[in-house]
Amino acid sequence: MKAFTKPAAALVAALFTLAGAADAAWELNMPVGVTKISETVYDLHMLILWICVVIGIVVFGAIIYSVIYHRKSRGAVAAEFHESTAVEIAWTVVPFVILVGMAVPAAKTLVEMEQTGDSDMTLKVTGYQWKWQYEYLDDGVTFFSTLATPREQIYGETEKGENYLLEVDKHVVLPVGKKVRILLTSNDVIHAWWVPDLAVKKDAIPGFINEMWTRIEEPGIYRGQCAELCGRDHGFMPIVVEAVPEDEYKAWVQRMKGATAEASDEGMREWSNAELIARGKDVYASSCAACHQPNGQGMAPAFPAIAGSPVATGPAEAHLALVLNGKPGTSMQAFAAQLSDADLAAVVTFQRNSFGNASGDAVQPAQVAAARN
Amino acid sequence: MSAAADAHHDDHHGSGYGWKRWLYTTNHKDIGTLYLWFAFVMFIIGGIMALIIRAELWTPGMQITDPQFFNSMTTMHALVMIFGVVMPGFVGLANWMVPMMVGGPDMAMPRMNNWSFWILPFGFGILLSTLFMEGGAPAAGWTIYPPLSLQGGDHVPFMIFAIHILGVSSVMGAINIIATILNLRAPGMTLMKMPLFVWTWLITAYLLIAVMPVLAGAVTMLLTDRFFDTSFFSAAGGGDPVMFQHIFWFFGHPEVYILILPAFGIVSSIIPTFARKHLFGYSSMVYATASIAFLSFIVWAHHMFTVGMPLAGELFFMFSTMLIAVPTGVKVFNWVATLWKGSMTFETPMLFALGFIIMFTIGGFSGLMLAITPVDFQYHDTYFVVAHFHYVLVPGAIYSIIAAVYFWIPKWTGHMYDETLGKWHFWLSTIFVNVLFFPMHFVGLAGMPRRIPDYALQFVDFNQIATIGAFGFGFSQLIFLYLVVKCIKGGEKATDRVWEGAHGLEWTLSSPPPYHSFSTPPEVKAEHHI
Ligand code: HEC
Ligand SMILES: [Cu+2]
Ligand SMILES: [Cu+2]
Repeated sequence: MKAFTKPAAALVAALFTLAGAADAAWELNMPVGVTKISETVYDLHMLILWICVVIGIVVFGAIIYSVIYHRKSRGAVAAEFHESTAVEIAWTVVPFVILVGMAVPAAKTLVEMEQTGDSDMTLKVTGYQWKWQYEYLDDGVTFFSTLATPREQIYGETEKGENYLLEVDKHVVLPVGKKVRILLTSNDVIHAWWVPDLAVKKDAIPGFINEMWTRIEEPGIYRGQCAELCGRDHGFMPIVVEAVPEDEYKAWVQRMKGATAEASDEGMREWSNAELIARGKDVYASSCAACHQPNGQGMAPAFPAIAGSPVATGPAEAHLALVLNGKPGTSMQAFAAQLSDADLAAVVTFQRNSFGNASGDAVQPAQVAAARN
Repeated sequence: MSAAADAHHDDHHGSGYGWKRWLYTTNHKDIGTLYLWFAFVMFIIGGIMALIIRAELWTPGMQITDPQFFNSMTTMHALVMIFGVVMPGFVGLANWMVPMMVGGPDMAMPRMNNWSFWILPFGFGILLSTLFMEGGAPAAGWTIYPPLSLQGGDHVPFMIFAIHILGVSSVMGAINIIATILNLRAPGMTLMKMPLFVWTWLITAYLLIAVMPVLAGAVTMLLTDRFFDTSFFSAAGGGDPVMFQHIFWFFGHPEVYILILPAFGIVSSIIPTFARKHLFGYSSMVYATASIAFLSFIVWAHHMFTVGMPLAGELFFMFSTMLIAVPTGVKVFNWVATLWKGSMTFETPMLFALGFIIMFTIGGFSGLMLAITPVDFQYHDTYFVVAHFHYVLVPGAIYSIIAAVYFWIPKWTGHMYDETLGKWHFWLSTIFVNVLFFPMHFVGLAGMPRRIPDYALQFVDFNQIATIGAFGFGFSQLIFLYLVVKCIKGGEKATDRVWEGAHGLEWTLSSPPPYHSFSTPPEVKAEHHI
């Protein structure tokens, strides 16, 4: 019964949304965007669209006209003609000329998009299943950015927020007016980094580095998504770019550096079990739950359960080593570079003492630091 | 279609009765019928998958599927519709019509014909069985890009062997069609007198032979990467994941023309019949088809502009892709010129053919837009692409198959179908297919990526409209099933010519035609092509 009422309730709720259609919806067209390139791209899009509309009116007009007037029931008698070299040449040449007219501005824009030289800064983006890593190569800032929409919203247990599925824990902050070179690669499968307002989209490919660039003209928050199918949670790895004036950007860089320093301080001290478990719970939710599931039951056969797992109930050293180094050839990735010592200690401790696992032991950040070497 | 069985009794030297007749048959009509029913069954299966997808996308949030299963649905839906519906549908039509159109007795290689059909259900049996395997069915998209496709569970080898089997079937079918066309034509039927359906199939068959082995090679490399430690597509071992995409689309782009060229042939037969006028520009139609086939080999990378090609490559593939608009335009203009000053009637095949011309052209327009590389960066992997290829494949390829069935079913069964039901089928399908696919242009432009099981709130309205269209379109096809069954069982007796404006050898045979189409070659008069 429950299986039925839930979709039924969703259906009713959906009908209401449909009825009271929000004004933000009914978006019909490509965004103009906030870069010079995005505006050019928008103009090209409208140009080709209008060309198609005009040709469409002519062609469909001719069809409709003859359907109305050249029908047998109106007494139309079929004409005899069935060939005309002149006409054939005309409708080969005219479209060709139109295409050339279209190709020239398109080629120009393309050339401009490929000019990744003399940039002011470089952002390296790495795709992971299913999150993005950002490295500011000039400013020494590195972090991961994951979906911030809570699971309860996705599974319909609470109301969906305004930026449902398009919100992340850490924004990519970029200075306005600066030419940002973006390097793309991936840690596992192919992803694609796309922000419509910037008119940039390129694949992040494991083992290769792709390049593109953008120069954002207006401060604001611009949302995008992974565009290349990358597995189970492909729909759940959004991108949020926050464009700010340069001084704000500088301040942000300082704050991020401070946070990194704090994280290394954290790694120095001794933590209590309760502290570790509390912290580990959050780390688990953001870094592990996508595969091992919030209830620790995993998803057979792709993702093993943590509950009762021989690893999570066996020796702590082996458990930690697996999380640090991952398991090559599976989607269990190496978390050594992704999480701090404190986070790693916390999440391992959490897994060993939750979901019915009761090893009672704890892993300290210092042990993680030791295991790294 | 079982009426063919009745026809067969008066001249019986087939092989057995009941299931044995169908299993052992080497008759082109029986095999054509098998192909067409197979395509219909797959259409229902693929359609159910589509409805699962649309039901999940009715509203934001995860409702009825798990994301992994959702990915399996999009993947399997595509594989089933492409390899199980459109391709076998066209092969079924070729089986029925090519021997009758060229004035031959049967296909050139009847025993191979039996094989090419009968390995298909095994191929699909293997493919569909993956739905019940540990780890689920293939979920990396029908394009099976590595490394993602190699992360799959037990299904990987099964999917690859299934693709091999489907490829073997297609190549055997293609060889047979070429042999039939080149060897069994009636005296006087020169190449430039062949009906366009025969021409387009001849060219399609060459495309099939050229590219199916390429796909087989690509999936075999996936197989060895996965099980025998090769690294064709793994950068860590010195390989290149992008290489797979190049190989795949070198198959994939000609493949999309394999899915549409026979449709051009069908429409070029139907339009002149109901306009009661000769096809305009017959020879330019042939040359346009040949140019499209040639161009199809040099445009593949337009499917992968975002992989990061050198500028020269991007420019080349943009220009070559735009060029395809020229011969495609010629075709559309020729059809319009055929309608012009005709004396038209609007029986169901004509309605579907007209629907084809208009909606295929809409798909062609969005294709032209997608060719513009800098703008494609925005369109790529969004619902705009989904809208584009569904316009060319559903009201395009699928409509042409439906139109062909309406056009030739009186010939096949000897009975007229129910015209009123046919019109209902057309109008409901056409309304719903647009309700289904047109809004996808909008959500795509507004930024909705494809292949996602859940979406942001601003996309909800158009998705709901699309879902309504999907269910409407899906259920409208039941009318078609009912109508076809009814027509096979009985109905008004069809004349040999069936349609007032019909020309061509197939209409000189009785309805239904004899078991062996032309036992003595007919004589082809000067103006037989149409
Ligand atoms: C992308 C999916 C994914 C994510 C995210 C992920 N894992 Fe895993 N994990 C796996 C897979 C797959 C395996 C099984 C590997 C194998 O085949 O042995 C695994 C295995 C494990 C195991 C061993 C379980 C057993 O009984 O064999 C542990 C412990 C573990 N992961 C911990 C973690 C922790 C801690 C995190 C978060 C920091 C995490 N995983 C994030 C996919 C993932
Ligand atoms: Cu993705
Ligand atoms: Cu293509």
